[in-house]
Amino acid sequence: MLILTCPYCGVACDETELAPGGEAHLKRFGPGSTDEEFEGYLFQRENPRGVHFERWRHAYGCGKWFHAARDTVTMEVFGTYSAQVTEPPEEIRAKISAKHPGWSWREFS
Amino acid sequence: MTRYSAFAVAREAFRNHQGWTRAWASPEPKRRYDAIIIGAGGHGLATAYYLGKNHGIRNVAILEKGWLGGGNTGRNTTIIRSNYLQDPSAAIYEKARSLYEELSQDLNYNVMFSPRGVMMLAQTEHEIRGYKRTAHANALQGVDTEFIGPERVKKLCPIIEIRGPRYPVLGALWQPRGGTARHDAVAWGYARKCSEMGMDVIQKCEVTGIRTEGGKVVGVTTSRGDIDCDKLGIVVAGHSGHVADMAGFRLPIESVALQALVSEPIKPCMDVVVMANTVHGYMSQSDKGEMVIGGGADGYNNYTQRGSFHHIEETVRALVETFPMISRLKMLRMWGGIVDMTGDRSPIISKTPVEGVFINCGWGTGGFKAIPGSGWATAEMIAKGEPGPLAEAFGLERFREGRFIDESVAAGVAH
Repeated sequence: MLILTCPYCGVACDETELAPGGEAHLKRFGPGSTDEEFEGYLFQRENPRGVHFERWRHAYGCGKWFHAARDTVTMEVFGTYSAQVTEPPEEIRAKISAKHPGWSWREFS
Repeated sequence: MTRYSAFAVAREAFRNHQGWTRAWASPEPKRRYDAIIIGAGGHGLATAYYLGKNHGIRNVAILEKGWLGGGNTGRNTTIIRSNYLQDPSAAIYEKARSLYEELSQDLNYNVMFSPRGVMMLAQTEHEIRGYKRTAHANALQGVDTEFIGPERVKKLCPIIEIRGPRYPVLGALWQPRGGTARHDAVAWGYARKCSEMGMDVIQKCEVTGIRTEGGKVVGVTTSRGDIDCDKLGIVVAGHSGHVADMAGFRLPIESVALQALVSEPIKPCMDVVVMANTVHGYMSQSDKGEMVIGGGADGYNNYTQRGSFHHIEETVRALVETFPMISRLKMLRMWGGIVDMTGDRSPIISKTPVEGVFINCGWGTGGFKAIPGSGWATAEMIAKGEPGPLAEAFGLERFREGRFIDESVAAGVAH
């Protein structure tokens, strides 16, 4: 069972307590954008086999959104962090680099 | 290759079954093929089979990183139906269902297609309205379905509790020609015929790269060396994103684990397939007597082929309400498969930005029922270079153009 620690209330929640919210750090495109940009924002996903960044909500707890860094193959969790950022924090990226040297995800590595 | 028949069984009975030959060959890969199909699951093998049968392209290799039919083809709940709402979906699923009817004769391999009937329970007022609409749409599409009342449901499947406390059964969408088939046999039957036509089914051969020159495919790199080809079909379900990445394009696909389970075998108690989508569970009884139960999909990307335990609990809890007699059944085993979900829950059968590369993916939680139709349509596209009438609505460009084939709500299936 997947267990993520909510960065706000510090509770280690199992997945039944959480609501998955899909891929993290999407750049939003709206009116005025090109068809390709809008398609990318709505449908194109990284869907990696390995390191992944996601949004989650502590639905049956504090109710707040947060981010998680996770491996989609081994289900290893690298850490969780606040939703109020536009990229993964340095500390989480360092943790991933220690386990997976040379990883990359979208423009991050 | 031995032809299977009642006569062959009798003949072999007199000689201690020494005359059976291997069902398919395991050749070394050649240097070059006219077409390569990545993925020897149901869809990949069916694509290769119809390439040979309908279009005469037989210099084909089917490459599989694991074993034949070891992915979602061997991990589904074997349900076959075509009661979809949208016209393009109804057309391709109905094509598949009708091909299943004669598949055993066509392949000379018993796929044990059992048109026992598929019933989708309506347990809320909204579902009644939705299914009546689907039944009307199906009547226009030439798909044989009808909306039936609760008494008929009880008669067709006596073990259902139609006056359940939370979700009484108010009716059902009934497709008498739907049913189940033996999933492994579908893959094996296609593989045997492909091999007989001179195609190479190559297992344990992982594609690690796709080679292109000037925007056109020239071959693949594999764990067993480089192989050249003119045309390449990617038919790898949950791993489509990963393989598309090798060819340098992206897909509107997310991979999640979908799971299923079976109970201990019991005496025959249910001769139809029942899907209960409001409470999210579906069940049928296999020929061995096991109750085959389909569960929910995980809500987050993963490639674990396991799935989360709480989905099993949810599914079983829901089914016990509708089928009280299963409450003391022991569950034997559970498993998961990686399904490729698109935004509109409809598949992708499409050309790609790389010339000569074609893709068939996005079948999500409902690929098994589509295998023959999907292979038929994909083979036509690969042979002619352009999608035919069955496939043209399923192109990749529909996401950019907003031409969705929205089945996520319409089909009312458990997604």
